[in-house]
Amino acid sequence: MPIELQGVTHIYNSGTTLQATAIEDINLTIDDGDFIGLIGPTGSGKSTLVQHLNGLLKPTRGRVLVDGVDITARGADLRAIRQKVGIIFQYPEHQLFDETVAADVAFGPRNLGLPQDEIDRRVTAALAAVGIDEATAKRSPFALSGGQMRRVAIAGVLAMQPKVLVLDEPAAGLDPRGREEILGRIKRLHEERGLTVVLVSHNMEDVARLAKRVVVMHRGRVVMDGSPRLVFSRAEQLAEIGLGVPPMTELSRRLRARGFDVPSDLLTVDEAREAIIRVMGGRAK
Amino acid sequence: MIGGLTIGQFIPGNSLAHRLDPRTKIGIVLVFIIVLFMARGVVPWIVLTAFTVLAVTVSQTPPQMILRGLKPVVFIIVLTVGLNMFMTRGEPLFRIGPLVATREGLAFGALMGFRIVLLIAFSSLLTVTTSPIALTDGLEALLKPFSRIGVPAHELAMMMSIALRFIPTLLEEADKIMKAQMARGADFETGNFLQRARSLVPLLVPLFVSAFRRADELAMAMEARCYRGGQGRTRLKQLRAERRDYLAFAATLIVAAVVIAFRYGFGHG
Repeated sequence: MPIELQGVTHIYNSGTTLQATAIEDINLTIDDGDFIGLIGPTGSGKSTLVQHLNGLLKPTRGRVLVDGVDITARGADLRAIRQKVGIIFQYPEHQLFDETVAADVAFGPRNLGLPQDEIDRRVTAALAAVGIDEATAKRSPFALSGGQMRRVAIAGVLAMQPKVLVLDEPAAGLDPRGREEILGRIKRLHEERGLTVVLVSHNMEDVARLAKRVVVMHRGRVVMDGSPRLVFSRAEQLAEIGLGVPPMTELSRRLRARGFDVPSDLLTVDEAREAIIRVMGGRAK
Repeated sequence: MIGGLTIGQFIPGNSLAHRLDPRTKIGIVLVFIIVLFMARGVVPWIVLTAFTVLAVTVSQTPPQMILRGLKPVVFIIVLTVGLNMFMTRGEPLFRIGPLVATREGLAFGALMGFRIVLLIAFSSLLTVTTSPIALTDGLEALLKPFSRIGVPAHELAMMMSIALRFIPTLLEEADKIMKAQMARGADFETGNFLQRARSLVPLLVPLFVSAFRRADELAMAMEARCYRGGQGRTRLKQLRAERRDYLAFAATLIVAAVVIAFRYGFGHG
């Protein structure tokens, strides 16, 4: 179920003195089974862009095609689109409202008008997917820890059984363990269920580790689009728009500057370790 | 989704009306409203209308802005004109069923409607030309004399400025929560009254939770900076009345004098 954006422009408060162009002429195709890392400095239009993927915002100009269907057309079935494309906003725990965790997660499936046994099945599956046990499911969502609340909120979207999952900074404000937990679960969902994922993040290390493709936005436009290795090899250009590179890429740059022969496009700790051992091994003996 | 609120919106500028002391502006609006309800006869109405037009011009507010501000009260105006037209005795104009419209009623209703138009147009200038902070500063200064008789002037002003400060924040928050719930298939737009009211629960509960959280955080932040009420508090911006303030207020008093003179003096005798 590919999503295609064709010349999408969004202008807020169009025609008033507060007019602001958030994104301009975006052309982007999100293929099935992709894992896209969407990065860009604050205010570059990332959040505006993702809200177009399920029709929460309508483009001022341009078209959005989900599975070949123009969702910007009049009379488009937005509820069906929102079932297929799930969006998890920043700090999703702020949307929790129901009396129990299970009832809150059931909100989405209930809106879809599913039979009760199907709703129950989906709630159980969604909570299991984020690692919330049955005892917790009966508690009030407001009595949970921040990390647990975040996972419950994510389960609320998973219970819709979307084909595409869009996450806006899912790990923001969590401790390192909570961060690993959430990102690990997203990775597993992608690998085991073939879920297409769009991950909006400021953390270059996470993006380098998880994404198959990185899209860089700056001032409302897509300025780079390619594999993490390709994008992060252009450190100078990224620095110009206020973005960094993953720590290991930075390490390899510094090592090379001191004359060590390591590859310039290291992304993860594992790769870096191997490259360094190779160089050191050659020297020690 | 939520927006288009124009009543009470401040438009930054540097016109004479913007530079007036907020106390002067509050005073002028108060006097204007009082005399607006005392006006009787042709001359006072012309004077009041001219004064409103002058005020709009001096504030350099685009007239469309004032018209947009009038939109929400159109219903009230129509109702006022309609009720007066049919409820006043006098020379009949036309009838709808048992209702008789009269010439006197129409004239009286139109005058009442016009009064509302002037009222809204003039008082909206206050919020259009005065930033919320200046407005609360002005209110606090004007209420200060009453603190001797137990009016908590500073606290009222502080509460008002906090409330004003959080209106856009809460609107933004509501928009965000609404979108998050819509992404989960929520529907806020269709259904009968009861269904719609119920559909607001997933919006209102998180909104209240976040409002309380923000209030808590704000209280903590204020205490961390040793806030302890208005006593002995100095201000960064001192309010000072200038020549233009005295002139503007004097002009208002002249208008008031004309209206009062026509009501109690000549004209009726």
